[in-house]
Amino acid sequence: MWEQIRRNRRRSALVVAAMGVLLVATGAALGGLAAQNEAGFLLGAAVAGVLWLIQWGITASQGDRILLRVAGAKEVRKADHPQLHNVVEEMSIAASLDQKPRVCLVDDPAPNAFAVGRNPRDAAVAVTTGLLRRLDRDELQGVIAHEIGHIKNRDVALMTTAGIMLGVIVLLSEIGARSLRFGGVRHSRSSRKGGGGAIVLVLVVVLIILAPLLAQLIYFALSRRREYLADASAARFTRYPEGLARALEKIDASGVPLADTSKVTAPMYIAPPAASRRRAVASWFSTHPPLSERIRILRGMAGGAGYDAYQSAYQEARGGTLMGARTVSEARDLPARAALAEAGAVPAAERARAASDAFLAASGYARRPCPSCTALLKLPPSLQERVLNCPRCGQPLPRAD
Amino acid sequence: MTGLWIALAIAAIAVAYFIVLYNGLIAARNDARNAWAQIDVQLKRRHDLVPNLVAAVKGYMQHERGTLELLVAARNQAAEARGPAAQGAAEGALSGVLARFLAVVEAYPDLKANANFRALQEELASTENRIAFARQAYNDEAARYNTRRETFPARLISGGFQKAEYFELENRAQAAVPPASF
Repeated sequence: MWEQIRRNRRRSALVVAAMGVLLVATGAALGGLAAQNEAGFLLGAAVAGVLWLIQWGITASQGDRILLRVAGAKEVRKADHPQLHNVVEEMSIAASLDQKPRVCLVDDPAPNAFAVGRNPRDAAVAVTTGLLRRLDRDELQGVIAHEIGHIKNRDVALMTTAGIMLGVIVLLSEIGARSLRFGGVRHSRSSRKGGGGAIVLVLVVVLIILAPLLAQLIYFALSRRREYLADASAARFTRYPEGLARALEKIDASGVPLADTSKVTAPMYIAPPAASRRRAVASWFSTHPPLSERIRILRGMAGGAGYDAYQSAYQEARGGTLMGARTVSEARDLPARAALAEAGAVPAAERARAASDAFLAASGYARRPCPSCTALLKLPPSLQERVLNCPRCGQPLPRAD
Repeated sequence: MTGLWIALAIAAIAVAYFIVLYNGLIAARNDARNAWAQIDVQLKRRHDLVPNLVAAVKGYMQHERGTLELLVAARNQAAEARGPAAQGAAEGALSGVLARFLAVVEAYPDLKANANFRALQEELASTENRIAFARQAYNDEAARYNTRRETFPARLISGGFQKAEYFELENRAQAAVPPASF
């Protein structure tokens, strides 16, 4: 397992290093522009590095909690939704994770899921109630396996590191563009460097303008790659690529946009939350490959569930290779299993009720059965009244203590 | 003098390489052992679940005393089995008996509507899946360890490392059956 992670990461580490170079270069360009001397370049580079370090430090200590809060995720206990917990546990076992991730729910009708956690020992997976409502056990297993693939491959740490670089580059270039517009030109005219200075200035300006664009291209390409790799992991862990394929199909067909469409959280989700999802072609500026293509690859695995099968389906659909030969040899010639017998056995209404009940329980709602009739009341934690009448039969409920 | 230093440097590199190789083998073996321990955890979970299941259905299934006794016997045999081969056989038999038991349950709609029984059913379904996935993870790790152990240059030093046995259910056809879900 370690072997494979290391090899996948080597390529990604190169990409992140390239972004780091871009970050430092942007900082240097900005510093040089402001001070018009060598010390300015060095200082600018240092400031860019320090800005990145500070942001990274904050995310390292607080990132998971911030992301979960932004997405409105609540941790659910085993008793609130046993099936979801069981599926997460099953996939943790399949992935040989030392520690089962925490399980969270987001109350949103759009079917989606994401994972957070900088290291596999302290991670969380979150799914929306809309996802739980729509998917059967096989499909849910596919989605959870994809998220656990992200955790196992350490994508969260990778993508936050790269994401913060992107943020700092965008910030620096914004500052640079503003100072160019409002005064940078005056400075350059007073420059005593002559022709050489003018060339440097042109390079600096071009860099400041192009850096955020370039950083975005790198970041999105990295993000799309990690999505394919997580799909390959999901197929391997479940030995059932059809489950994830069906889940992605349902997500694609749902057409419900996610309420949380913040740009910060977009790359975390299994499918892009914005409406741009329906575009059929992979845009250079999308965090995710098109769902139709991911489905086509999963369905093209020809009865296999290993990396070899995913790789050849990927080649068929897109050309090029996704994984190195050593990674592929980690899991090859694995036959896919058959579907679970359960499919479709649970009525949709029951699944929907279980999903929303689990979210209410996770949000601290109390469950109070009426002693006189069959009504079951779910009372919010903010409720102040201690004496209540049952809304169905009108009888007073026993006092809550 | 220079020749001596070069010889020393080569020796140091060789020792470092040996250490890396050896530790890699140890790590792979530990991964396989941990994965094996996970199977045991899940099998134990199933052994603990069967008595609860029997207790929950006893009242409903007066006429199925034979089936229940068979289930308890299979469970006890599995709990007492030792060693990969014997365990594999006994656990395979228990899986078979459980599948038959759950087929019988289909004839009892009252039981199927019972919330307590349904919760147990979900736990049983998940346990069957966990066993299947733990076995799969173990076999993956064992394959990785075996490959590593047999490939050059690690094979020069892997004399003390035993080949990992694969976990198979007695009946190969049964092993190919998807993890049960009810």
